[in-house]
Amino acid sequence: MTTETTSPAGTSLGAEQLGKFLYEMMLIRHFEEKCGELYTKGKIRGFLHLYTGQEACAVGSMAALEERDKVVTHYRDHGHALARGLDPNRVMAELFGKATGVSGGRGGSMHLYDVSKGFLGGYAIVAAHLPLAVGLGMASNMKSEGYVTLCVFGDGSVGEGEFHEALNLSVLWNTPTIFFCENNLYGMGVPFHASLSTEIPKLAAAYNMPAVSVDGMDVIAVHEATNKAVDHARSGKGPYFIEAMTYRYRGHSMSDPELYRLKDEVEEHRQRDAIERLKTQMMEAGQLDEARYQEFAERVDQVVDESVEFAERSPQPGIETLYDHLYKEPSDG
Amino acid sequence: MASMTVIEAVRSTLDEALGKDDRVFVLGEDVEAGGVFRATEGLAAKHPGRIIDSPLAESSIIGISIGAAHYGMRPVAEIQFADFIHAGFDQLCSEASRWCYRTRGDAYLPMVVRTPWGGGVHGGQHHSQSIEAYYAHMPGIKVVAPAFPADYRSLLRAAIEDPNPVLFLEHKRTYRLIRQEVEGAPAETVIGRARVTRKGPDLTIIAYGLMLHESLAAAETLSSEGIEPTVVDLLTLNPIDRETILETAKATGKVLIVHEDTLTGGLGGEIAAIIAEHAFEYLDAPIRRVAGPDIPPMPFHHAMEDFFMPNREKIAAAARELAAY
Ligand SMILES: Cc1ncc(C[n+]2csc(CCOP(=O)(O)OP(=O)(O)O)c2C)c(N)n1
Ligand SMILES: [Mg+2]
Repeated sequence: MTTETTSPAGTSLGAEQLGKFLYEMMLIRHFEEKCGELYTKGKIRGFLHLYTGQEACAVGSMAALEERDKVVTHYRDHGHALARGLDPNRVMAELFGKATGVSGGRGGSMHLYDVSKGFLGGYAIVAAHLPLAVGLGMASNMKSEGYVTLCVFGDGSVGEGEFHEALNLSVLWNTPTIFFCENNLYGMGVPFHASLSTEIPKLAAAYNMPAVSVDGMDVIAVHEATNKAVDHARSGKGPYFIEAMTYRYRGHSMSDPELYRLKDEVEEHRQRDAIERLKTQMMEAGQLDEARYQEFAERVDQVVDESVEFAERSPQPGIETLYDHLYKEPSDG
Repeated sequence: MASMTVIEAVRSTLDEALGKDDRVFVLGEDVEAGGVFRATEGLAAKHPGRIIDSPLAESSIIGISIGAAHYGMRPVAEIQFADFIHAGFDQLCSEASRWCYRTRGDAYLPMVVRTPWGGGVHGGQHHSQSIEAYYAHMPGIKVVAPAFPADYRSLLRAAIEDPNPVLFLEHKRTYRLIRQEVEGAPAETVIGRARVTRKGPDLTIIAYGLMLHESLAAAETLSSEGIEPTVVDLLTLNPIDRETILETAKATGKVLIVHEDTLTGGLGGEIAAIIAEHAFEYLDAPIRRVAGPDIPPMPFHHAMEDFFMPNREKIAAAARELAAY
């Protein structure tokens, strides 16, 4: 296990790539804030888990993937979906439960997917998607297809048996799986050190899996770590584990009274904000000026507004479709 | 007399059990701070060290409860949503269920697993399921699913005092929806008895949980139309109260079984079989079931969820047909 800190000065990423990172993080931030607003207005119902604060994790990691690669995530999944290039209109429509949503209104916030993007969900049973990621890796190996799977989950997953089973098997069977743990310090209201007797990367190390811990509020660091992990996995060396230290600004879900942490703590972490950080870095490096930043902000506004309009005007799903797709017809298989 | 919601009934009964018996402790995710539905709110301060946060590890929450129960403790485990209990299926069904049986009574497990179940809260695929049929199928565990606050109190008390593993199902939609005047300590009761909640000669409606309330609402409507149903609150799903089922089926000759769980393999099939086997000659009409459709619960969209959930209108419509048969 090694702990890495990447100096932004040392990055080989150009202005265009960094600009893309900044834009995507701003898009996710604004999308999530809008979702929070729409929830209060009753437009979005059910359980909603916002991703604000953690944007660098999704943006930095997804950018290391190719189109053929696969992604599975936990339920805090809007950011990953957007960073993976899912259509914001269809993501928003899903949150509204509309027919045009990525899951046609069957899934909602926690169950986004888009097979055409290799984005296989959105899982709300904590850690249940880790074994799936290993299976995807087995298929990649067996078919010699060379795709890797990015498997995203929270720090709360490490208590589940499936976490350990999946790590062990992926090493034993040498699957091209990147286990990406977004450690935002809490599983609901419980601090992760109250849930785990050791440190997270040590768990991976115990299964003989290379593991790093990176600053998850630094998109460049996340990206570089994921790049390394992808290279490792794609070159046949097996799985790789990344712990990204991050923080969620909002409650666990929309109904979290947040009794377990102080406002000061949230404020402290906001000082590490990934968007502000990259913006400052780019400005200092002469890669961004106020005008371009404003341009990003306006575009983000537009995209999010349009997604809401799209969701609003989309049709409700037909009740008569509820029985569709319960099984695949044998002739289709 | 105090007016109490379901969640208050659960909380107060836990509080009393913790106060009365040192062996009782609560184990679950986020329970120390009160839990997702606030069932354990305030209990950690009142009973220090006995409301224990567990990591996300459902299999171990149940498995550890087994070990603790075996050596004299009275664990009350909480599985945050019933949808998450399946990781502990093995512990409940392969281990807890046969503890007493395979030791021929030398060992037993006074443990409770509480969990919120059911739909109607826009919870979607992984936060809305009805899981009772899987577990009610397993001899050796008791499964309880009350509807009214007073029954939550008496049955939770009975579950904690019971020397056997009890799966205690709390319908999450009713937590704050259903209120009742409740008096004094939880009544002494036994697990395994259904209750006739309303008496009428025209047909028998058998239900539990949220659907009991919907059935009672349907009964009001039916009554105003001149159809007088008997409504049975099942209360315990395993062991099921055959006596009350058969008595009420025989009395009206027409039976409508209601559950939110999907139709195929749901508890309604078992109840219908009991009646068909033992009260066939008394029946004046085919047994009817109103249940969730056979699709994976629960679609997220609210209209789809409404379609999925049985309700008072659907129950009344089926009852009318049955009454007219
Ligand atoms: C198997 C299972 N157990 C419990 C839950 C309830 N639950 C949902 S999220 C959560 C906390 C998870 O925390 P973490 O993995 O750190 O992810 P985060 O919410 O912090 O992104 C819990 C306890 C669940 N969804 N699935
Ligand atoms: Mg977390």
